[in-house]
Amino acid sequence: MLILASRRFLSMALIMVIVSFTLFAIFESDKLAVAGKVLGPYSNTEQRELWLEQNGYNEPFLERYVTWVGNALTGDFGNSIQYKSPVADILWPRLGNTAILAGLYMLFMIPISLTLGVIAGMKEGSLQDRAVSIGSVLTTSVPEFASATFFSAIFVFWLGWLPGTSAMTGGFNWAEIFLPVFVLVVYGFGYTARMTRASMAEVMTSHYIRTAVLKGIPYRRVIMKHALRNALIAPFTVIILQLNWLLSGVIVVEVFFAYKGFGKLLLDAALFGDIYVIEACTLIAVFVAVFSQFISDIGYTLLNPRIRFT
Amino acid sequence: MTDINQNDVAPPSAIARMFKNFLLIRESPIAMFGFALIMMWVILAILAPVLPLYDPNTPLEPFKFPLSAARDGGHYWLGTDHKGRDILSRVIFGAQTVLVWATLATGVAYIVGMFMGVVAGYLGGWWDEVISFVSNVLLSFPVIVLYIIIITYLGATGFNIVLAVTFASAPGIMRIVRGLVLDLRTRDYIFAAQTRGESPMYIMLVELLPNARGPLIVDACLRLGYTTITIAMLGYLGLGLPPPDPDWGKMIAETQPLGSFAGHMAVVPAAAISSLVLGFNLLADGLREISMRD
Repeated sequence: MLILASRRFLSMALIMVIVSFTLFAIFESDKLAVAGKVLGPYSNTEQRELWLEQNGYNEPFLERYVTWVGNALTGDFGNSIQYKSPVADILWPRLGNTAILAGLYMLFMIPISLTLGVIAGMKEGSLQDRAVSIGSVLTTSVPEFASATFFSAIFVFWLGWLPGTSAMTGGFNWAEIFLPVFVLVVYGFGYTARMTRASMAEVMTSHYIRTAVLKGIPYRRVIMKHALRNALIAPFTVIILQLNWLLSGVIVVEVFFAYKGFGKLLLDAALFGDIYVIEACTLIAVFVAVFSQFISDIGYTLLNPRIRFT
Repeated sequence: MTDINQNDVAPPSAIARMFKNFLLIRESPIAMFGFALIMMWVILAILAPVLPLYDPNTPLEPFKFPLSAARDGGHYWLGTDHKGRDILSRVIFGAQTVLVWATLATGVAYIVGMFMGVVAGYLGGWWDEVISFVSNVLLSFPVIVLYIIIITYLGATGFNIVLAVTFASAPGIMRIVRGLVLDLRTRDYIFAAQTRGESPMYIMLVELLPNARGPLIVDACLRLGYTTITIAMLGYLGLGLPPPDPDWGKMIAETQPLGSFAGHMAVVPAAAISSLVLGFNLLADGLREISMRD
């Protein structure tokens, strides 16, 4: 177990080094372009060179990379070009807002998709199974920006029940967070539900379930005690790995509802050319993705006795 | 009397066999429905230049609601947008854009991913190590970050979108193909080909890939749907193809703020995307069901 964990940890560290190096090479190998971005299009070459000199850009490339990584590890990502303030000051509150969004998404998505998946997988081919399968294909076919359009047309403009934007100008507001979370859950639950269904259906055909049923244990207990525990191992990894593509949905939803989160920060930085913000956001996004992969590998091993004891 | 020998009958041509296999989708109503949805958009997109439509980029009369009469005696069946462009025409011409680029991008991603997968699976050793590691690094990127970096760094052109989709999808395709090849490479016909002295390239392309096609067809349908979403999403986020040609995602982004009094402008393209993606997903679902049945 410890060997596995340390091997996974090493590969995680290696991937982070490669990713950060690639990122640095893409955005900062052309020094004059960096100076041009920071000082604006009307600066002349002498000003740019002076700026490069003052900010230590004339050191060798590798040395700059090491300094940059060191700064990033201590939470110093440089100054934002667009907002004229340290990137860290903008980044952390935004990340917090997105964590609220993602946390609420998980809070609703997990129970809904697990319940539906288990109900569908209990009897393969039954009416409830067909209904859940078709329903999840339907909802995963409507991308977030389309379903957000539909839901805001209904709930905001037609019925007038909810606000159409979620800028949270007057502090945190439950009415404003409802639609973003709802849109994410509607699009996201289908995938996990299908995975749970497949896993549950497989468990239900296994010998130990047949034995339990033949022993005369009540059906309810067979499901709750024997089937669920094994059927929920596979969805666990799926849920954690969802973090990776949840980010696309989060960006779309944050843009649609003008929610001040991490995704909108990254997109705005990309459209503006705010390289230090792009670098910081990308590093954090990749770190979250790689770390969730690590957690899911370790968790899978811990949950699955067949792997744990060999 | 001419003797008709069994051997004289030519085997059915490849096209005839493909057509016969294709008719299998009649077994699944879900697949049929999905296929019909896709074909509807394909046919509309092909016929777009000859259909009696207004020009998609010409401003006519702004803020017309669906079914309203036009000044020249025609109708704006789906209304017009804030710049007075006919929405029906923009949605149909937008289908051209999204179908062409989604197919192209998925196709290129498939060629690259299949080649990586078959090399990693069949040649093994260092090839496998290197290709798998590169794929793992790429898969560790959240896809949207990959898109944003490639497109902001290289610019928003059709070619760069194809490139970005390839970077994002090829590693996943590679994993599937590699898994299939690892299973197929122990079959007798592969040993037979090796004994005949066929080159590894021949074995990979002629013996292995065609026999791995089953699961790949289902995956390709799903990926086409997902690439459709991606292209529309990039358009929505302002990272898509350059204007003025209609793009479903951009149509939503442009008209979304007008939702309070002209909701149809954003709802129509949103429905268009959803129906096309639904077509791909239902087709994939139906095909998977058919393949599981045998």
